[in-house]
Amino acid sequence: MSAADWRRAMNLQPRRLGVPPGRGPAPADRAPQARARRFTNPVRVHHLLVLAVLLAYPWFATPFFTYQIGAQALALGLIALSLTFLAGSGGMISLAQMTVAGLAGYMVAIFGTAATDGVTLGWPWWLAVIIGIVIAVLAAAGIGWLSVRTEGIYTIMITLAIGVAFYYLALQNYAVFNGFQGKQKVFPPMLWGIFWRDATPFYYLTLACALAGYLVVVYLLRTPFGIALQGIRDNPRRMHALGFNVTAHRVAAYAVAGVLAAVGGVLFTWYNGLVTPGSVGTGWLINILVIAVLGGLRHPVGAFLGAIVFVLLQNFAIDVIDRERFNLVIGVVFLVIVLFSRDGLLGWWAALSARMSTQRGGSPWTAVRKRSYARSSSPSPSSPS
Amino acid sequence: MRGAELAVRQRNGVVAGRKIEVIKASSDAKPDVAVNATRKLVEQDKVDIMVGPLSGSEGIAVKEYSKTQPTITFINGSSGAQATTLASPSPNFFRFNTDGGQWMVGLGKAALDKGYKRVMVIAEDYAFPYSQVQGFMTEYCKLGGKVPVKAWVPLGGKDYSSVIARIPKDVDALVVVLGGADAVNFLNQYEQAGGDKPLVGGSITVSQDILNYKGKRRDSLVGTIAGAPIADAYEAPEWKTFVADYKKNFPDGYPSPSLFALVYYINMKAALDGLDAVKGDLTDGQKKYRDTLTKMVLKTPVGDVKLDSNRQAIGTTFITEVVKDGQGNLYNKVLQKIDNVNQTLGMPPAEFKIGSRDEPNCP
Repeated sequence: MSAADWRRAMNLQPRRLGVPPGRGPAPADRAPQARARRFTNPVRVHHLLVLAVLLAYPWFATPFFTYQIGAQALALGLIALSLTFLAGSGGMISLAQMTVAGLAGYMVAIFGTAATDGVTLGWPWWLAVIIGIVIAVLAAAGIGWLSVRTEGIYTIMITLAIGVAFYYLALQNYAVFNGFQGKQKVFPPMLWGIFWRDATPFYYLTLACALAGYLVVVYLLRTPFGIALQGIRDNPRRMHALGFNVTAHRVAAYAVAGVLAAVGGVLFTWYNGLVTPGSVGTGWLINILVIAVLGGLRHPVGAFLGAIVFVLLQNFAIDVIDRERFNLVIGVVFLVIVLFSRDGLLGWWAALSARMSTQRGGSPWTAVRKRSYARSSSPSPSSPS
Repeated sequence: MRGAELAVRQRNGVVAGRKIEVIKASSDAKPDVAVNATRKLVEQDKVDIMVGPLSGSEGIAVKEYSKTQPTITFINGSSGAQATTLASPSPNFFRFNTDGGQWMVGLGKAALDKGYKRVMVIAEDYAFPYSQVQGFMTEYCKLGGKVPVKAWVPLGGKDYSSVIARIPKDVDALVVVLGGADAVNFLNQYEQAGGDKPLVGGSITVSQDILNYKGKRRDSLVGTIAGAPIADAYEAPEWKTFVADYKKNFPDGYPSPSLFALVYYINMKAALDGLDAVKGDLTDGQKKYRDTLTKMVLKTPVGDVKLDSNRQAIGTTFITEVVKDGQGNLYNKVLQKIDNVNQTLGMPPAEFKIGSRDEPNCP
């Protein structure tokens, strides 16, 4: 162990971004307070405001904005959230999250109904969804179990390899996955007289799932499991010495992320109405990483911010510039965000509120923001030990 | 895309005294991307008429989407899957180009005329090549030809050695239905493996894109027969005018318009001719416009096109052979022109089955 590692291992204070040492309350004061508040994180005005906007959104947006922008961003955000959780809180960057999502989509098509050759068992939709999610979560845990023994770039490589392997399996297997054409017409069910693929119902469906996923992650990060996971991210060796089972925690984190990705994957499949090998190709594996990094890994909300920016760019970059060059705009925007902020959009947000607080001498609101950042996660996705 | 632009430019962007505004969107041959792009054009940019998309599964996906937008008229781009208009057709989706099966009608007979009694099929594994192979085999099998082996390869495959190893010694020719880079890869590897069997091409195997390939191996394409809705060397004056127009408008384009340029041109021309016929009247949910499109006999550079009851084109197919001209350029010489090819390949609709890996079959 190098001297730097040793110092880091001995350093009791959790690392923080955007807050220089010595600012913010001392950790010793905060610990009991944080523990008391762990399960009663107060709901603030801006939470309610965002919720109100999200709920009212379909009433003032066109069906196009409700469905293609809103619902798509929420479904993609949910998949990206699984990566944000893994990378931000567990320090594990998995490129296979879209694979898990796509697997769930394929399973729903296979066990449920799809209008294509190959296997479709035509079971009731709820059973197909449950089976799809269970299989995807098992696969996610399997992927986790394979890749937890690696660190940093090797985790990326092994999950990328798994993702690409699944892409080729789906592309070349006709008996089950129906090859290049994949599964067509995979639609959400007709329930209570509502077709759940119509813009507004589908938006609320994705919103409900995304909110649930978000709250689960926020809650998990405050549970002993979440705290231990963040401890493992920051220093697995020390957590191991303290008696934590590092491997089990990491595999469990993969499984939890698998649930999020699987639900997101089912929604995304319903959104497209189909699932093809293209949906789990390298392009999408990388896109999920782009969304997560773009939004920022320090807080679960980053995944959804990233997804909104990503979906808006995908749709409207073409209007800004010529048809042949619009991918350039997308690339430049991504580059600018990542280049000028260490932690995506959330990094800008933190820098902005830090500046506001120095100008105003620190409002209570920004102080709370800083505390919650410091508690919930640290910016460094890769474990340094 | 150049083809569609050309159709607009020929009218100087004006139909029935109104300016046509063209909004473009981009896809990448993936159905989900195509539907997203279409949804944006229809619901956000509020287009009245939608022309596109390019590839087979995109076409099926966009056709399904068109059912949810009954007041917009959808006209196909260049997608050629049979199921688009055969299986649950959409009342507002029109296709003025013939499909992949129709493009191969006449090729079976031409292959037998060349003395190919047994052939092996090598094709990509998705709907468009299925239809191409069906178009070839329906006629070829009926006239007594045999197809002992069909090799379905993944789209975008790089390594064809296992397929090449499976080529039986006793076949007379290879029917190769591969597109773009896949076809070039296959040809390279087949020649390196010492292969010398003559080729029968699919419609996109020997399109202008591939004849313009600058590699050394392209000479092996000489003598290849193929079926396609386009033929560079077609002598009719309307085709000559079309090529001249294309070259004038796009000096940096290909020496001759590609299949995609032609098909986009035809569909865009149909959209504009229809608009002209109703004097730009799109009221009443575009009913009048659609009725006109349904009954229209469209003049295209390759002959007249009319629609069947599923709003699918009945049109012309060319049987071509690759030859080399004086400057060393390869081009498709016309062997035969077949008019009024319908989507069920001359069979009664009840007997017709959509092509698949195993349909038709004559080992």
